[in-house]
Amino acid sequence: MKILLNNREEEFDRDFLTVSEMLELKKFSFRMRIIKVNGILISKENYDSVKIMDGDNVQMLYLMSGG
Amino acid sequence: MRTSEIEKHLKKFKVGIAGAGGLGSNCAAALARTGVGTLVIVDFDKVELSNISRQYYFVDQVGKMKTDALRENLIRIRPELNVVTHPVRLSEKNISSVFNDCHVIVEAFDRSEMKQMLIETVQKELTGIPLIVGSGLAGWGNFGVLKSRKIDETLYICGDEMSEATDDNPPLAPRVCIVAGMQANAVIEILMEKI
Repeated sequence: MKILLNNREEEFDRDFLTVSEMLELKKFSFRMRIIKVNGILISKENYDSVKIMDGDNVQMLYLMSGG
Repeated sequence: MRTSEIEKHLKKFKVGIAGAGGLGSNCAAALARTGVGTLVIVDFDKVELSNISRQYYFVDQVGKMKTDALRENLIRIRPELNVVTHPVRLSEKNISSVFNDCHVIVEAFDRSEMKQMLIETVQKELTGIPLIVGSGLAGWGNFGVLKSRKIDETLYICGDEMSEATDDNPPLAPRVCIVAGMQANAVIEILMEKI
C-alpha cells in the first residue's frame, strides 16, 4: 500500500498498518507527538486499533518542551 | 493594503493565548502591535526574575500575576486593545469554555504533555478553530531548521520539532522570539484571509 506521510509518499509491503506498527516500521522514536489520519486526530490509546489503509494521508508532528 | 486598513480588519478578531511565558507573552505583543482587536490570555503563574531573560515582562513586575503584568504591557502598546485574562490552570475541563469564541488559538505552553492535552482538547471540542502550536525552540543558532508548517486548516506548527528545553539547553530570547513571531505571523495570515 501507498500512503502520504507528512506530504511524502511512502510504500509499505502490507495491506494495512496500525498506527503503532507504522511507528515501529519507520523506527520513529518515542517522543511526544500528534498523529492525524485523514485529518482526524488519533489519541494515544487508539494507536493499536486505528488502521492506516492504502491512500491514507498521515500527518505527524513532534511536541518538544519549551515555551 | 495599507497599515490602517490592515488594523481596521484585524480589530474585528479575537485570539486566544494558552500560556503567557516566552512564546505567549511575545506572541501577544506582536499581535497587539499588529492590531488584533481582542486577546484572551490564560496563565496561572507569577512573573519571576528568571523569566525576564526571554519573556515580555520587566524587572519591576516580578511577583505580579503574568495575566496582570501582560495586560499592563499590552495596553501600553495599544490602549484600545481588549484584553481578557483568566488567571487559571487550563485543563480538559475549562479549555472549551475559555476559548470557544476565539477565531484562532495560540498554544504557548512549556511542557510537551500540556501541549498534547491542549491540541487533543481543542481539536475534539473546538472543531474548526485553527490552533497554532509552538514546538522546538531551545538553544541558539540553527536558524535554518526553524519552520512554520500547516498540517491542515485547523493545525499549524512553528519551531524545529526537535530541540527540547532542558537545564543544559535552555530556551533563549532570540529563538523564543523567532518562534513566537512565527506563531503571530500564522495568526495574521489566517485572519487576513477571513472576511
